[in-house]
Amino acid sequence: MSEFIQQVINGLSLGAIYALIALGYTMVYGILKFINFAHGEIFMLGAFSGFYIARLLGFNESSIIGALIILMLSMTTCALIGVTIEKLAYKPLRSASKLTVLITAIGVSLFLQYTGQLVFGADPKSFPTLLTNVNFKIAGANIGSNQIVVIVSSIVLMFGLREIVMRTKIGTAIRAVSNNLTAASLMGININNVISFTFVLGSSLAAAAGILYSINYPSIDPLMGILPGLKAFIAAVLGGIGNFPGAVLGGLVIGLIETFTVGYLSPTYRDAIAFAILIIILLVKPTGLLGKKEVEKV
Amino acid sequence: MQVKSKLLFLSSLILIFVINLFAGSIDPYFYTVIIYIGINIILATSLNLINGYTGQFSLGHAGFMAIGGYLSIALSTYFAPFFQNTFGTGVFGEAITFIIVLLAGGTAAALVGLLVGVPSLRLKGDYLAITTLGFAEIIRVVIQNMDVIGASQGFRGVYIYNNGVKAPQMVQDLGEMSNIFYAVPKFTNFFWTFLFVAIIIYYVHNLINSTYGRGFLSVKDDEIAAESMGINTTKFKVSAFVSGAFFAGIAGVLYGHFNLYLNPEDFNFLKSVEIVVMVILGGMGSMIGVIIAAVLLTILPEFLRSVSEYRMIIYALLLIIMMLTRPQGLFGFKIKRKKL
Repeated sequence: MSEFIQQVINGLSLGAIYALIALGYTMVYGILKFINFAHGEIFMLGAFSGFYIARLLGFNESSIIGALIILMLSMTTCALIGVTIEKLAYKPLRSASKLTVLITAIGVSLFLQYTGQLVFGADPKSFPTLLTNVNFKIAGANIGSNQIVVIVSSIVLMFGLREIVMRTKIGTAIRAVSNNLTAASLMGININNVISFTFVLGSSLAAAAGILYSINYPSIDPLMGILPGLKAFIAAVLGGIGNFPGAVLGGLVIGLIETFTVGYLSPTYRDAIAFAILIIILLVKPTGLLGKKEVEKV
Repeated sequence: MQVKSKLLFLSSLILIFVINLFAGSIDPYFYTVIIYIGINIILATSLNLINGYTGQFSLGHAGFMAIGGYLSIALSTYFAPFFQNTFGTGVFGEAITFIIVLLAGGTAAALVGLLVGVPSLRLKGDYLAITTLGFAEIIRVVIQNMDVIGASQGFRGVYIYNNGVKAPQMVQDLGEMSNIFYAVPKFTNFFWTFLFVAIIIYYVHNLINSTYGRGFLSVKDDEIAAESMGINTTKFKVSAFVSGAFFAGIAGVLYGHFNLYLNPEDFNFLKSVEIVVMVILGGMGSMIGVIIAAVLLTILPEFLRSVSEYRMIIYALLLIIMMLTRPQGLFGFKIKRKKL
């Protein structure tokens, strides 16, 4: 039983990170109807900008305020990178076919990975200890304080996103554009601003996910974004792409299933299981758990 | 048209056979590059049938290549004594053995293609891309966990012990017992590689220019319109997928019996991307373009050895710039279509 609780906590803290990344996929998909393949690389850049900002600020003692500053700066950096990518690579293709945009996104993703290898070096770097991990026991299960930090900060970030999307003017615009882009632009909504802001939100959440991930797994390398990126995408599909609560639910489910596979089956299948879930969900319920069926218009 | 292409096909076969007679005098380094060019042409042309002509974006071609490659080298090593006893070890016996493993590898890949294709071709665009990518990753992970074919260590041959035990690595428990090591035989040569290059070009060319083959193009151009004209789009998508997978399997067999060593990492996501880059650079749906791109992208890294760390960056930039400036590829034609 204690092992089970431990696996659940592990799964939730991993799933919370997937959920943060998945929210970015879902937001972009909701508006532009394409998979931003490079989103996993924003997650990687989040971790690396955290690493370099910590070094630049001469960060050497773990403290909550320091961690918060690094988190904020890294989120800002990645928001800028995300918007730049959108402006340079995706914006000229607004009216191109979906395939063209998809291939461009794959190109951007590969470009960031391998430029990262060139600039940061291909060998793993050890992420600074932002917060000291304190282990404590609950019902016989070993739980690290950093796992709780990950879960709590994810909840805070998700709640913040919800407030922005549901309560503010730009959030209403995002929802309007994702509902119907043409109609929204006819109502006087500046589509370009909304799309840029979506990339700001998505990229900063991915950056936060990168930092939170590196707190628990402190070895970072330029290719670290590939698998979490793909798994988060699968999480977004699982929950119903374009659907916010769905992305969170999907992320948690994928995180839990992955940890249970590692814990009770075999660690070698940890990456294959997510793809198996994707294939099953696409065959059984392509709209995802919480998604609505859309009728194709000719 | 038919007679002309048949004539061209037959004369190219004769040419390949004649060149093969002189293959021994080609510099080994150039010979290797030429074989890889042939294998890449097969891979790119077969993917072009799926991605280019039929318009289904598959990102898992390396998976089918892995199936063909691994199955065939397992056959030609595990069953080496059987093949040698049945067909002999002469040129003729080896040829029969190779034809058997080629067909086995291709068929296995085609079957897996069918298995993957039927469910995933109900999906479109990005979903299909991710699903095929997922399947290829699953295939790779499964191979990584199969000890019979060397798991993550890779596979180069089989130790067959006197008591009938077969294993890709020396078995510790059997210690002193005598064994014979059957390495992967080097069957692939110029003739076999370019035989299949000729076959796939002939096959795809005739398929696309036939009445039946127009169905593939119609699926690409407008799926809904094609469907309402009574074309069974699913059937066309699956058959493109299965024949593409077959030839990818063949390419895997040729690669395995040339490299004499396979590792699951040879068939990772980047391998699939590499094939996709060839198709996109050449122009989706342009036969000549894709062949030229396959040749270029095989030779280019050889010249760029000294700056090999830039290779993937160059590929990535090629993808982005091509999409921004010439989405139809270097040699593709732009389809003019009225906006809705």
